[in-house]
Amino acid sequence: MNGQESFSIMGNSKTTSAIEKTAQGIFTLCAFIAILAVVSITVYMVINGTPALFSVGIKEIVFGTVWKPASAEPSFGILYVILTSVIGTALAVLLGVPIGVLTAVFLSEVAPAKLAAVVKPAVELLAGIPSVIYGLLGLMILNPLMYKLELTIFKGSETHQFTGGANLLSAVLVLAIMILPTVINISESAIRAVPSQLKAASLALGASHIQTIFKVIVPSAKSGIITAIVLGVGRAIGEAMAITLVSGSSVNMPLPFNSVRFLTTAIVSEMGYAAGTHRQVLFTIGLVLFVFIMAINISLSKLLKKGDKEQ
Amino acid sequence: MVKSKKILALVCAVTMAAGLMACGSAEKPVETAAETTDATVTEEAPVEETQEAVAEEANTNISGSISMAGSTSMEKLANAVAESFMEKYPDVTVTAEFTGSSAGIEAVTAGSVDIGNSSRALKDEEKAAGVVENIVAIDGIAVVVDPANTVNNLTKDQLISIYTGETKNWSELGGEDAPIVVVGREAGSGTRGAFEELVGVEDACAYASELDSTGAVIAKVASTPGAIGYASLDAVDGTVTAVALEGVEATVENIKASNYFLSRPFVMATKGEISEQSAAVKVLFDYLVSDEGKEVIKGVGLITVD
Repeated sequence: MNGQESFSIMGNSKTTSAIEKTAQGIFTLCAFIAILAVVSITVYMVINGTPALFSVGIKEIVFGTVWKPASAEPSFGILYVILTSVIGTALAVLLGVPIGVLTAVFLSEVAPAKLAAVVKPAVELLAGIPSVIYGLLGLMILNPLMYKLELTIFKGSETHQFTGGANLLSAVLVLAIMILPTVINISESAIRAVPSQLKAASLALGASHIQTIFKVIVPSAKSGIITAIVLGVGRAIGEAMAITLVSGSSVNMPLPFNSVRFLTTAIVSEMGYAAGTHRQVLFTIGLVLFVFIMAINISLSKLLKKGDKEQ
Repeated sequence: MVKSKKILALVCAVTMAAGLMACGSAEKPVETAAETTDATVTEEAPVEETQEAVAEEANTNISGSISMAGSTSMEKLANAVAESFMEKYPDVTVTAEFTGSSAGIEAVTAGSVDIGNSSRALKDEEKAAGVVENIVAIDGIAVVVDPANTVNNLTKDQLISIYTGETKNWSELGGEDAPIVVVGREAGSGTRGAFEELVGVEDACAYASELDSTGAVIAKVASTPGAIGYASLDAVDGTVTAVALEGVEATVENIKASNYFLSRPFVMATKGEISEQSAAVKVLFDYLVSDEGKEVIKGVGLITVD
């Protein structure tokens, strides 16, 4: 808007009310699109995911360990798949969160402005890289390295099944890198939001910069950092494309050097040719994933509410 | 409070989106499960004298419907043929059901469908019931290893022992001292089904990697020392080595001469000879041996018959 145009917030009552009403209508409509999407996805997942639970049995699916969906006597146990997702995500978070939070501290507190100006865009770029690229790099670089490690560790082993480097560890490393941007960006804004008086007071009382960071700033930004972690978990558990390329995708116990299959990759890898009950069970896996994501969201909202009360 | 609620809403939306993208990308539209249609074919079209003329001219006079049922392994072929055939002859409807080879042959024997798809040769008693075996294509599977591997021949027993996880090192097979990395396809894949059936290792395979496409298998085998995998013969390229089985090289000639055991015929069985069939069915078989039809067969990774 240029300066010559005059603008008054006190328009005449007629136009105001028309504009107000239209605007309100548009906002409401937009809000309903999001709600409609959430509701229809929920309904769709429940409708498609539950039939298999009844026809195969909840216990057989959730606690079964044998996944042979296309054999003459099919077995649809996804316990190992669930465990892989849980353990894989946990390890990725364990690895990614410390790196992410410390990077956020570095960016907001330690880094000289010039250096931060380089690191910050790099982190943002990391967030923009498509997940399939992470997967390809993992496949071409990480897997061969991992295979060398595997050959050294399991040299002469009679029982170990060699995977060629496509294993849980590779997937965890890829996931850890993928959650970094989420963790860094949200933690950084949380740390930046800490009132500068707190920092000033701490420094004035004689605490060193590092002491101030760990005793004052990080604890004050706790709720924001927790949000970052939960979002990181959400990203890791929902990722499919990158890890389908590096995890080997056989259903096995989630041990570091085993070829494993995640909830997401289980759906992606078999949806192409699956039919009948097999297909239904894949939707059930989707439902399980959906439940996990919901649980993460609910725990996040609980945490945020708790944080509000404390303040 | 208000601010945190906003963040919460945003956070929820983002997490859900992330989670659901994974499901969303996997949802392909359900394959068109063709419904059983009445097997009767309306023969309004004047049947041409020479069959060649029928096949050559895009004869739009041919109308009616063709129903087929049978092998799930032939799903890709049947759908591809149905699609391209209906494009050429818009008045003909081709419907296909995938119920299994034996069920398909039973259906054609009973006369409830025009064509019974079978991914195995017909048994003598099936032929005795008046069903004719028309081999339209051959499915050949190559066993591939990485190019550096010195093993170039495997027996069926060795293959079984590799894929069930008994043999774990190439040195046991006369190769270098390197672990065997067993690569295969995902459950439900036609190639996997055919491989396991022909080798006799159904549901007994211990895969180290289950990949969801032929290209991925080739790439994995090519880049992993000591890896072994299987893929359609036409997908084998210079990056991997196809090993000979029982001393027979995996070539189209050997497969056509049925010397190579990892292959199977794709049969479109009819009740009685093709010449006794309805006009639409005759045209379909003519189409399958035409250059156009052969392209379709090759397009789904199969070997054509001469």
